[in-house]
Amino acid sequence: MTYSAEASLALLMMMLRVRMVEERIASEYSKGLIRCPTHLSIGQEAVAAGVSAGLTLEDKVVSTHRAHAHYLAKGGDLRGLICELYGKEQGCSAGRGGSMHLVDLKAGFYGSTAIVGNTIPIGVGLAYAEKISYSSNTVVIYIGDAAIEEGVFYESLNFAALHRLPVLFVCENNMYSVYTPLKERQPENRRLEDVAAGIGARCLSGDGNDVEQVRNLSAFAVSECRVGRGPFFLKLDTYRWREHCGPNYDNHIGYRTEGEFLEWKEKDPIERFLLKMKESEKISGQVIENFRREIQAEIDAEIAFAEAQPYPDPKTASLNVFKVSP
Amino acid sequence: MISYTEAINLGYKEVMRSDPKVVAFGLGINDPKRIFGTTNGLLEMFGAQRVFDTPTSENGMTGIGIGMALGGFKPIMVHQRLDFFLLAMDQLVNSAAKWNYMFGGQQSVPITIRLITGRGWGQGPTHSQSLHSWFAHIPGLRVYMPSTPSDAFNCLVNSTHDPDPCIIIEHRWLHGSSGVIHRSKDMDLPRLVVKGSDITVVCLSYATVEAQRAVQKLNKYGISCEVFDMRCVSPLSLEEVFRSVEQTGRLLVLDTSWGSCSVGSDIIRRVCERSFESLKVAPKLMSLPSHPEPTSFGLTRGFHYTSREIAESIVKLVGKDVPLNVITNLYAQMHHDVPGDWFKGPF
Repeated sequence: MTYSAEASLALLMMMLRVRMVEERIASEYSKGLIRCPTHLSIGQEAVAAGVSAGLTLEDKVVSTHRAHAHYLAKGGDLRGLICELYGKEQGCSAGRGGSMHLVDLKAGFYGSTAIVGNTIPIGVGLAYAEKISYSSNTVVIYIGDAAIEEGVFYESLNFAALHRLPVLFVCENNMYSVYTPLKERQPENRRLEDVAAGIGARCLSGDGNDVEQVRNLSAFAVSECRVGRGPFFLKLDTYRWREHCGPNYDNHIGYRTEGEFLEWKEKDPIERFLLKMKESEKISGQVIENFRREIQAEIDAEIAFAEAQPYPDPKTASLNVFKVSP
Repeated sequence: MISYTEAINLGYKEVMRSDPKVVAFGLGINDPKRIFGTTNGLLEMFGAQRVFDTPTSENGMTGIGIGMALGGFKPIMVHQRLDFFLLAMDQLVNSAAKWNYMFGGQQSVPITIRLITGRGWGQGPTHSQSLHSWFAHIPGLRVYMPSTPSDAFNCLVNSTHDPDPCIIIEHRWLHGSSGVIHRSKDMDLPRLVVKGSDITVVCLSYATVEAQRAVQKLNKYGISCEVFDMRCVSPLSLEEVFRSVEQTGRLLVLDTSWGSCSVGSDIIRRVCERSFESLKVAPKLMSLPSHPEPTSFGLTRGFHYTSREIAESIVKLVGKDVPLNVITNLYAQMHHDVPGDWFKGPF
């Protein structure tokens, strides 16, 4: 399948938008107004942008503790995200969830949660609902490399394979679970996608920092899911630039090297794609500059808005334990 | 008159017939035994998409049920033994119970989870636990323990229509009981089993059956007990119990599990906080000894209290004399590890 220049531009813009939002979150964090554990995806933007390019509004997504990129790329509301980080009522979860619990039902983003592997079966259940409703929607479940170590991964993928559900597991392999490297956690010569294949998923893998490759692999998987030929497992290698949780760089604390980081920084998904587009003259520096300015203004406005809102009334903290109160 | 299992089966058929969004699943739901007969005929009536057997994946299947609920369906999940459901605590506690709250009230999880607690016939350490207090500890879950066919029917029907997650704990020894169905929406309130004036007896699940035997007997000797069946153990609705204790001044609570951090101890705590001045004697909790249930026929005698021990407690709390043989005669004539002739094991 060939894509238009506009489609390429959209991919770039999405990555750039996610990057700029998260860079801003990082720079604001030290002010102490964002008071919740925050996991940034800086460096991993190509996965979310590439996968979302092949999804419709009706397709559903669930995700993990590191979900800002997935949320924004699926069309999640920026104000909802920023206000959620600031703990305000206007947040996407009304300040009850924070960075690790994002939702935007209008965008088809059904929820991200904090426990590793927690949303895997929930995504599979959503896919079962789609199947027995005879829809052509697909569900995307974002996971990391550590989720493969959770029992619920096997339980859920087994059920998805058994019922041939329209579900795509997107595994972002950034090689670390908090600070524990993959080699401490899984046998060295075993590939993540082979594990999934053994359970019965159709498997693909690729460069998670190459946004076009991500888009192409994902679009194929989703199109297959739509006609009853799922489930799929897509493994994408990538790298988080910042610390596991928080706004800083942490290459000095000893679990990984500056050299490794720099090597991955060379593979910056945004710079790579931008260079490619410039070389093929699909984009001018002026367009990028204009776009940056637009995003910047949008972010400035949302940060200012979030800061200006009062905190939710503490009297409302006990609401919504039940939909229907006893 | 229909049996407890038939009442559940009837409940399934009613909700599945009236609402195409109701789906039912669980390990063994379509096997030859059909979850002790409670799921008889469902597959044939509603088809394999809505009634399906599952992989042996308790946590995964609970999450899948939650996902289906978020996707617009109303799943009813069942486990033949509660003990296996312990594998699903992440999905129960971190997802089902919190989803509505942690996403700001946008989407609740209308899932119903049936759990069956075993007893006797050597069910032993891991086939006999009634861990209602675990679930009752978590805000966001409704936890029911129906003790009659009618309540079992109503709990299932009401829970299926409930937008919030509901757990229904069925005591295996109740499956053979029989009764008449009266429709009711009041499952969140305790059931007043019998009115009385000397003591308030609050029962959970199967303990209601044992308590009734004791209370009927003692009534002939002038001891008047007010008995409540706490069919909903979370959230607790205790207004009627407070009112009762304020009149009787005495409280006996019968829990079907261990006593520490139990629903029973919490009921006593709440009564003490609310109605302490009304109490004439210290309240009493009856619960299981603090060790796992053993398996051997020889070791299980005495592990569960019976109507005899309940009667002893009541007599002591009330401080009235009753002929000793009245109480000793409450010993069941059959083996101590079965509820009646209908139960011949194996589980």
